[in-house]
Amino acid sequence: MNPEVDTAARDRTGPDETPQQADRAVTIFEKSVPGRRACQLPGSGVEEVPLADLIPSHLLREEPAGLPEVSEPEIIRHYNRLSRRNFDLDTGFYPLGSCTMKYNPRLNERVAALPGHARLHPATAPGDAQGALELMYLLQEALSEICGLPHVSLQPSAGSQGELAGLLLARACHADQGRNPGKVLIPDTSHGTNPASVSMAGYEVVKVATDGQGGVDMEDLRAKVDEDVACLMLTNPNTLGVFDRNITEIASLVHEAGGLLYYDGANLNAIMGQCRPGDMGFDIVHVNLHKSFSQPHGGGGPGAGPIAVSDRVEPYIPRPQVVKSEGEAGRPAYDLDFDRPKSIGRLRGFQGNFGVFVRSYAYILSLGADGLAEASRTAVLHANYLKSRLAQGRAGQYLPVAFERHCMHEFVLSGAPMKRELGIRTLDLAKRLLDFGFHPPTVYFPLLVDEALMVEPVETEAKEHLDDFAEAIESILEEAEQDPGIASEAPYTTPVRRLDEVGATRRPVIRQPD
Amino acid sequence: MAGYTPTTPADRDRMLETIGVDSIDELFAQIPEEVRFDRELDLEDGLSEPEVHERLAAMAAANRSTEQAPSFLGAGMYDHYVPAIVDAITQRSEFLTPYTPYQPEVSQGGLQVMFEFQTAMSELTGLPVSNAGLYEGPSAAASAAYLAMAATGRTGLVASRGVHPHSRETLATHAGGFGAGLTEVGLVDGLTDPGELEAAIDEQTAVVFLQNPNFLGSVEDIAALGELASARGALLAVAVDPMTLGVLKPPGECGADIAFGEGQPLGNRLDFGGPSFGFFCAREENIRRMPGRIAGETTDLDGRRGFVLTLQTREQHIRREKATSNICTAQALNALAALVHLSWLGREGFVEMGALLARRTAFARERLSSIEGLEPLHEAPVVREFAMRSAGTPVASLLACPSGTGPSLPVYPLGRDYPEFADSFLVAITEQRSRDDIEWLAAMLEGASA
Repeated sequence: MNPEVDTAARDRTGPDETPQQADRAVTIFEKSVPGRRACQLPGSGVEEVPLADLIPSHLLREEPAGLPEVSEPEIIRHYNRLSRRNFDLDTGFYPLGSCTMKYNPRLNERVAALPGHARLHPATAPGDAQGALELMYLLQEALSEICGLPHVSLQPSAGSQGELAGLLLARACHADQGRNPGKVLIPDTSHGTNPASVSMAGYEVVKVATDGQGGVDMEDLRAKVDEDVACLMLTNPNTLGVFDRNITEIASLVHEAGGLLYYDGANLNAIMGQCRPGDMGFDIVHVNLHKSFSQPHGGGGPGAGPIAVSDRVEPYIPRPQVVKSEGEAGRPAYDLDFDRPKSIGRLRGFQGNFGVFVRSYAYILSLGADGLAEASRTAVLHANYLKSRLAQGRAGQYLPVAFERHCMHEFVLSGAPMKRELGIRTLDLAKRLLDFGFHPPTVYFPLLVDEALMVEPVETEAKEHLDDFAEAIESILEEAEQDPGIASEAPYTTPVRRLDEVGATRRPVIRQPD
Repeated sequence: MAGYTPTTPADRDRMLETIGVDSIDELFAQIPEEVRFDRELDLEDGLSEPEVHERLAAMAAANRSTEQAPSFLGAGMYDHYVPAIVDAITQRSEFLTPYTPYQPEVSQGGLQVMFEFQTAMSELTGLPVSNAGLYEGPSAAASAAYLAMAATGRTGLVASRGVHPHSRETLATHAGGFGAGLTEVGLVDGLTDPGELEAAIDEQTAVVFLQNPNFLGSVEDIAALGELASARGALLAVAVDPMTLGVLKPPGECGADIAFGEGQPLGNRLDFGGPSFGFFCAREENIRRMPGRIAGETTDLDGRRGFVLTLQTREQHIRREKATSNICTAQALNALAALVHLSWLGREGFVEMGALLARRTAFARERLSSIEGLEPLHEAPVVREFAMRSAGTPVASLLACPSGTGPSLPVYPLGRDYPEFADSFLVAITEQRSRDDIEWLAAMLEGASA
C-alpha cells in the first residue's frame, strides 16, 4: 500500500468532522481589519502635488477600491492554509484523462525565473533580446521536428486559441484560392473546445460518427465530405485513447475535396518520436505545452498552444514571427518579422507566453530525442498496464473498457454496469476515490461512452502508484457490493463534502458581498 | 534515465507480462506502417540538469533585462516590483501543479482564490460580475466583442485608436471569424475624437471600445464618450490598466458595460510578454454570457461554506458549439499572483501606488519636455505613461545607442503602430523608476538629441 495514503481516512464514513473540515472557509476580505497593511512603497522623490492639479477631479476615483487591509504574515498564512485545501500532482496520483498530468521539473521553474527571462520587457528592441528570440526560434524548430511540419507559430495562448488560429488559417487559405467553404467536420468524440472554436471562427459544425473500433466511421465521413468542408478536426489518438488506423484514407478524402486537416495535439504525449501529425497528412497542429511539454497546470493555466503548419498554410500564420538570419561575423541574428501581408494577424498581445516557452524548451533539452520517444513509449506502456489491471477482478466486471483493444496513452471505461448492478454512478466512484487519496480520472467524457471514466496514467508515475490505484478501485467496488450508500455520499475526508452545484447556479454568489 | 520516468526494465517486463505482450512495439502496432516514424527525432539527446541550466542561463544573459538597466518601456506591460510573497505562494506545489478544479471537494484552495480574485477585480472596476481570468489583455477585447454581439444581436465593432494596437489587431483577426466589422476612430490632441466617434456609431454597432488611460497615456473622459454609445444602444467596453484604478474613476462609474484589460501590472513579471492574465468584468445582466471560468459560493452536504465552478452551462465542455467562449485552460496561477499583490498593496497602498505613479509621471513629462528638441505629443492629462515628440532628430537615431553597438534606449517608439506619430515615443513609469532613473533617461536623451 502506498504509505502516503492515509489509510485511516478511508475508513471514515461517518459524520464526524476532520480538523480541516472544522476550519470553515473565510476569505481574505473577511480578515480585513481597518488600519492594517503589508506594503511600504518607495517615496515619490518628487513634489507631492495634489492629484487634482494633475488630473481633472471629475476623472478621479472618489472611494478607494474595497481591497483587504491585512499584514504580510496574515497574507502568507491565509494563502498557505488555502493551498492545503487543494489536491495537487506533487502530492498524489492524478490520472485525469486528456490532461497529461506529468511531473513538472523544478529546474524549469528555476530557469524561467532567471531575471534575463523573467524581467525582459516584451517590447525590448530585438538586438537586446537575442537570447529570448533564439530560445523561441529553437523551440519552433524542435516542435516542427516533433510534429513533422515545417513551420511553427508560438503565439497562441493555449490549445483553444491554437484551434481558433487554425480555423482562421483555414479560412484565409481557402479565401486566397477564391473558395469559401462553410463547414467543419468534427468526430463526436472531440474535446468541447473544438466545436466552440468552430463557432467562433464562423463555421458550421458537422459531427462525424465513431465506428465500432473507436475510430472515425468511414461511411459517415464519406457521406459528409464535400466541397463545402473547410476542415476536419481530429485528435489522433482520439479521446478514446485509440489510434485511428484509417488516418491516411481520411486525410486523402478530405484533401481531395479541397479541405484541410487540423490536428488537436492534446494527445501528443502518446506519439512523440513514434509518428508525426505531418506525416499523417495534417496541415495544422496545435501543441499544448502544458500537457506533453510539462508546463505546470497552475490550477487552470497558464499554458501555451503553439501551432505547426504545412507550406500551404505558412503564408497566413500569425504575426510577428521569429526569424533567423546571418548577423555580424557569421553569427546568427534573430528578429521579429511583422511584414507578413497574408497573415491572419494577431491573436493576442506581444509574442506569446514566453515564460511557458522557457519551461518547455528546458524540458525538451532535458529529455532530448531519446527521452521524448521514451516518454511516449512509457506513457503507452503505463496506460495499457493499468487497463489490464483494471480488466481483472471487480473492475473488469463493473467497469468494462469502452473499446477492447490496445490503447495508446489513455483509455476509457464505462461505469454503466456499475450503475446498473451496484447502484453507484461514475460520479460516486470518483468522489470515493478522493477519500482514498487519488484524484479521479476525467468523468463523463467522451460523451458517447455511457458513465465514462477516462484514465491517463502518464509516464512519470511509478508502477506502485498504478497498482495502488487499481486496488483502490477494487476496494471501492467491493465496498459498494456491501453498501452502495457509502460511495453515494462520498467524499467524507476532504476539506468540504459534496457541494451543491445546482444551488450555486440558481442564485450565483460570485464575489464577497460588501 | 531520461524523461523523469521511474520505470525500470524490471517494472517494464512485469507490466508487459500483465498486458500479455512481448514488447512495447506491439502496443504501437496499431499505428499503420505507412505513418510510423522510422528514425530518431532530429534533436539532441537529453542533457543533464546542470547542462540545461547552463544553456538556458547563457540565453538569459544574452537579453537586456530591466534588472540590468532602468527601462521606461510600457505599452501595456510594466516593470512593477513583484513582492517576494507572490513567488513564495505561487511556487507552492498545491497551487502550481493541480489541474482546473473539476473536483471541487479537493480544489477549495484554488476555487476560493478565484472567488477572491473575482471580488478584487469587481472592486477595482466597479462592476459587479468578474470572471476568474482570461488569457491576456488583447484577446479579452475579442471576448468582449463576442459577448456584445450576442447581447445586442448586432455585428458592428467600433474602437478608438486610443485602444492598444495589439487589441485592435486582435479584434480585427477575430472579426473575420465572428462575421463582424471593425471601424476605428481617430485621436485629437491625444484623446478620442468625440465627433468622429459619434459619427462611427450606428444601429448596427454592438460595442464601442475605449481605453483608459489610452495607448498614448492620456486619461480619457470615459463617461462623456460612453454616452455616445449608450445613446445608440451599443455596449461600452473599456480597457483599463488595473494599476491606475487606485486614482482613476472606475469604469463601472463611467457607464461601462464591460471592463477588461491586461493584468500583468498586478503581480506578474514581464516574461517577455507572457504568461500574464486578462480580466473581464461586466454588469449583472450579462452574467450568463460571460466567457471563461467563474467560481461561485455554495454549501456542502453538511452545510459548510464551499466554492465551485459555476454557470458552467456557458462553457465549451458542456455547451460545445453554443458556448460563450472556447476558452479552457486559462491563467489561474497568474490571477493568484495578482490577488496576492493586491492583498499586499491593500486598500491604502493601492491608492498610494496610483498617486506615486501620477506624480512621478508628471515630473518625468515636465523634465523631458525641458530638453531642447523634445515636446509632449499632446497636453492631455496622464497618469503613468506619456508620449514625447522629437521635432528634429528621428526617433530611430534618438533611441539607437550613441556608439551604435550598445543597447537601445528603453522607450517605446510609436511609428510601427501609429505611422502618424512616427516622430514620437512612449515613456512609462513604475514605482521602480526613481527620480534618478528619470534624470538618467533625460541625460541620455539630451545627449542623443544634441
